[in-house]
Amino acid sequence: MRIAVCIKQVPDTEARLRVRKDGLWVEEEDLPFVINESDNYALEEALTIAEKTAGEVVVVSLGPERVKDALRKALALGASRAVHLAEEAFQGGDALATGRALAAAIAGQEVDLVLTGSQSDDVGYGATGSVIAGHLGWPHAWLVMGLEIEEGGTSARVTREMESGMNEIFRLQLPAVIEVQAGINHPRYASLKGIMAAKRKPIERPSPADLGLEASQIGAAGSRLEVLEVAFPDSGEGAEMLEGDAATMARTLVEKLQREARVL
Amino acid sequence: MPAVWIILQHREGQLHRMAREAIAAGQQLAEITGGRPSAVLLGHGAGDAATEAAAYDLERVLVADHPALERYTPGAYVGALAPAIAAAGPAYVVAPHTYQTVDFLPRLAQATGAALVPEAIAFEPGDGGLVFRRPIMEGKLQARVKVKGEGPVLLSVQSGAFPADGGRAGEAPVASLEVGEIAADREILGVEQVGGDQVDLSKAEVVVAVGRGVGGADKMKPIEELAEVLGADVGASRPVIDNGWLPRDRQIGSSGQTVAPRLYFAIGISGAIQHLVGMKGAGCVVAINKDPSAPIFGVARYGLVGDLHEIVPALTEAIREAKG
Repeated sequence: MRIAVCIKQVPDTEARLRVRKDGLWVEEEDLPFVINESDNYALEEALTIAEKTAGEVVVVSLGPERVKDALRKALALGASRAVHLAEEAFQGGDALATGRALAAAIAGQEVDLVLTGSQSDDVGYGATGSVIAGHLGWPHAWLVMGLEIEEGGTSARVTREMESGMNEIFRLQLPAVIEVQAGINHPRYASLKGIMAAKRKPIERPSPADLGLEASQIGAAGSRLEVLEVAFPDSGEGAEMLEGDAATMARTLVEKLQREARVL
Repeated sequence: MPAVWIILQHREGQLHRMAREAIAAGQQLAEITGGRPSAVLLGHGAGDAATEAAAYDLERVLVADHPALERYTPGAYVGALAPAIAAAGPAYVVAPHTYQTVDFLPRLAQATGAALVPEAIAFEPGDGGLVFRRPIMEGKLQARVKVKGEGPVLLSVQSGAFPADGGRAGEAPVASLEVGEIAADREILGVEQVGGDQVDLSKAEVVVAVGRGVGGADKMKPIEELAEVLGADVGASRPVIDNGWLPRDRQIGSSGQTVAPRLYFAIGISGAIQHLVGMKGAGCVVAINKDPSAPIFGVARYGLVGDLHEIVPALTEAIREAKG
């Protein structure tokens, strides 16, 4: 099977965030970026299926120049080639605009399956994969916790998470877009051999025109959402912050839990 | 007048709690925009849920009844809703931000040329239309967004952002929503319980919950020691479970268990909304995190900023001493 995997490069969830001066996004200088967590699981799932079916994985990402690092990492893990929607016109889109561009990039790749994460750890729309499916006219499933390609490769048995600790199991006809949830597998680490091989693997950089897209359909111009401001939330009253080293804070806390909150 | 539609989720003849939150949100939104809200319910023989919805102050309860809607599939739902939205032209469509809604709402937006505002936690009138607030960066930040261009706006409202009992009561007529040719795009094979419910955290008096910040399964020992000296149950936020550091029956949050202990330790948990909804019933919350801007400090009573690997053993020691 040929599988496209859409990945997004996002700030490391452990990183300390600052709001950029214009108040519209986070300050990206000195911010460490990684492959979005659930996309990492999607990549692992794709690599496993490709290995079983003697297929290949094409990794696709939309984002600025820094995204090359994420694509190289995916190539090092075993993807055979990459598509990078790097031009400025692609950038700053909402899920609808980004999904349109990614669908156009995937449409030319003749894939049997698209895998991606369920949600990005930065803007968290949880929508882009489903929008891609809409444009391709394929079925999709979001929050997938189990995926089994059935014999013949024309359908898949999908386990999807529902609320209250239940999973739903259903069959999807392929091609389809599968949006996986973190935890579906155990992502591999890149080998030194993989890292060396990745340097020779191609990264294609199509323009909007190459994909048959107008600048007005994609990126910020093609989006219906406009961010006015990002800010740290009002933390209400917030916590009483304890001072001192670990031992001092620990002793203070125990005292407060006993005498003030009376819960110990 | 800009109409507001509220898409209701229901199960076994009852409205989902978050569907009632969506009604409250839709009524508020209609008040701001000057429209009237109608509820939309999709199903087959879902009369009881429709009756429940009709007890709210709504223009109408529109029921799309079709055999293909008996079990949820995105194909049938979008197939029923997209033409209805195109024909009736509601300005806003409000839905609860549930796993079901998030599955089909993006496709509905794509099919109808609508704008999509996922996971709204608030809205207010602003220059040139409504301004929506939604969490980003796993809840560490919030974005204020506005919608531009023509066409409907679909929004899903986050759990707990609007009170489930906040909907205005009334008496709404039930009408049927015509459904054209629709078909399921999934062959449903069944449902299963995830990993069983061996551990019931709902009645725990004290909970020690850990997050991604703990850093690995091999670093759980000090956490377990703290739990032991407190007589507490160990819980976790989602990333810990996904990484396999603790079994899934320890998960607290929207896709896990809901807890209401008198004392709750959030250790290395940043405080994403999905986790907060699972522990908002907790009495005294203690947060330990290296990031002073972590949202968990907003809901905690006591905050300790620093390396949890130093603080947790110190805390275990201090509690041991205090207990003699």
